[in-house]
Amino acid sequence: MGWAIALHGGAGDIPVDLPTDKRAPREATLRRCLDLGVAALKAGRSPLDVVELVARELENCPYFNAGRGSVLTTNGTVEMEASIMDGTSKGCGCVSGLTTVVNPISLARVVMEKTPHIYLAFDGAEAFAREQGLETRDQSYFITEQNIERLKQAKEANRVQIDYTQPQPIKEQAIPRSEGDSQIGTVGCVAVDRNGNLASATSTGGLVNKMVGRIGDTPVIGSGTYANTICAVSATGKGESIIRNTIARDVAALMEYKGLSLKDAANQVIANAPKGTVGLVAVTDKGDVAMPFNTTGMFRACAVEDGHSEIAIW
Amino acid sequence: MGWAIALHGGAGDIPVDLPTDKRAPREATLRRCLDLGVAALKAGHSPLDVVELVARELENCPYFNAGRGSVLTTNGTVEMEASIMDGTSKGCGCVSGLTTVVNPISLARVVMEKTPHIYLAFDGAEAFAREQGLETRDQSYFITEQNIERLKQAKEANRVQIDYTQPQPIKEQAIPRSEGDSQIGTVGCVAVDRNGNLASATSTGKMVGRIGDTPVIGAGTYANTICAVSATGKGESIIRNTIARDVAALMEYKGLSLKDAANQVIANAPKGTVGLVAVTDKGDVAMPFNTTGMFRACAVEDGHSEIAIW
Repeated sequence: MGWAIALHGGAGDIPVDLPTDKRAPREATLRRCLDLGVAALKAGRSPLDVVELVARELENCPYFNAGRGSVLTTNGTVEMEASIMDGTSKGCGCVSGLTTVVNPISLARVVMEKTPHIYLAFDGAEAFAREQGLETRDQSYFITEQNIERLKQAKEANRVQIDYTQPQPIKEQAIPRSEGDSQIGTVGCVAVDRNGNLASATSTGGLVNKMVGRIGDTPVIGSGTYANTICAVSATGKGESIIRNTIARDVAALMEYKGLSLKDAANQVIANAPKGTVGLVAVTDKGDVAMPFNTTGMFRACAVEDGHSEIAIW
Repeated sequence: MGWAIALHGGAGDIPVDLPTDKRAPREATLRRCLDLGVAALKAGHSPLDVVELVARELENCPYFNAGRGSVLTTNGTVEMEASIMDGTSKGCGCVSGLTTVVNPISLARVVMEKTPHIYLAFDGAEAFAREQGLETRDQSYFITEQNIERLKQAKEANRVQIDYTQPQPIKEQAIPRSEGDSQIGTVGCVAVDRNGNLASATSTGKMVGRIGDTPVIGAGTYANTICAVSATGKGESIIRNTIARDVAALMEYKGLSLKDAANQVIANAPKGTVGLVAVTDKGDVAMPFNTTGMFRACAVEDGHSEIAIW
């Protein structure tokens, strides 16, 4: 038994011909985050510290849909959400509706550790972030050209959109996109240390062109994030599917109540959700890792103490 | 197998010597809601219609912590949240941060049925309510004298307070309240029709900017084809322990009966923090709690019915 870590940058209809200029920076970020997380685990940091650290790095990367680089609401603004859970204590922290907080996952952790509550949102959460001295920036910091383009495209197609779709010139949009275009994009990390302590963190900007005030699965404990003494799970994909199917909790419940292995539990949960809508990363107290998905792809990476590591998209 | 319904008005440290003027109107509301729900089930309404109908009635009653009569935020305002789930489709609708919507549970249902989303909150939810023509009222409609008094008391005691605590004269507050005073109070309803279709609804009032278990699917509300659950009590315990989902998961994955599953979930949560009502597709009912009491009522088609507090 040793440490293990798994992280993701979102599951969805990621085209297999993703051009190099879009693929390379994401793979580089996955590698950088994996190295950071592994170094922290080797140095004996707690899994809670590790997942927060990695999630922050993913939030800071403008190529993933969380923190900087979050997709835009129908009003062209960002509304970010995140949650973190400590498997040992089952403590959790959740935030939604953030507009200026640079690292939502860190605010979620502060909610968990500094308030008697679990979940703060919108104005109350923003005010708390300032009170606690977390770093905040103007909206323009979070908004990228790519996401302005995605919103425009989604409005023209008049629907809520996947955020990994290639922007298309308007002329070529005569045919509506295939059903493969599900709404995706989130970042997350799960980790276990040598003592079997587990933690999970998930963060996102939500759905392109979402209604103002829409909350997805990411801040919902049991849906996007879950950790107990058996496993830690972070899910990604179509928020509505993840909530209905209580994805993260179900992986753990199948292990606890039905005695399934992580692999079988994770595969079953993914198989039971509508195709093209979900992916997850999970680790157990024994150092097992699973990264199943029923979408075209999922940006992901993992490493275990015995040396095996992996970075993949499809 | 027949229809069944169970509803609650909140679990918590409800004093056994609750004076008649506080007890009678609550029991009357539980009875009225039970009768309404039973009549609707007998008339063949869907469980989704039934739980919404009952939750609306509970929201409109000023004696329970939901809709009118919601406890106040530190700013002296109300912030309400709710969720509803259809066990057959596993469709769900959730709302948080409502300040003027008269029936939060109805907005939750509209989110479920009229948007591609599940959960809307704060300004976005309020705007959507107006767009959909739901009834809204000024804040003063929701605020009751009792809750103004409770807020005052809580501020003086400088802590977040149970909403069923008896208001005490200030002199008697020298001793801090016992641990039994957790933050509680919520309303909810679960129902199953003769065909085994299930639904659950939960609604409550909350502190500013804070979201509790009530709009969190799997925590305060859950329904699938096996059972429907609505939880109440200390929100943090309900979320951490994914109370509503776990009752169903224990039945599905471990093969437990509703009774055993519900009791295990309650027993595993810290004492004094949770209660729930649940029904199954077969018409079984459970209403366990580990608090002093839980305002509750249930009825099944074979004629058995119950209204109780402790």
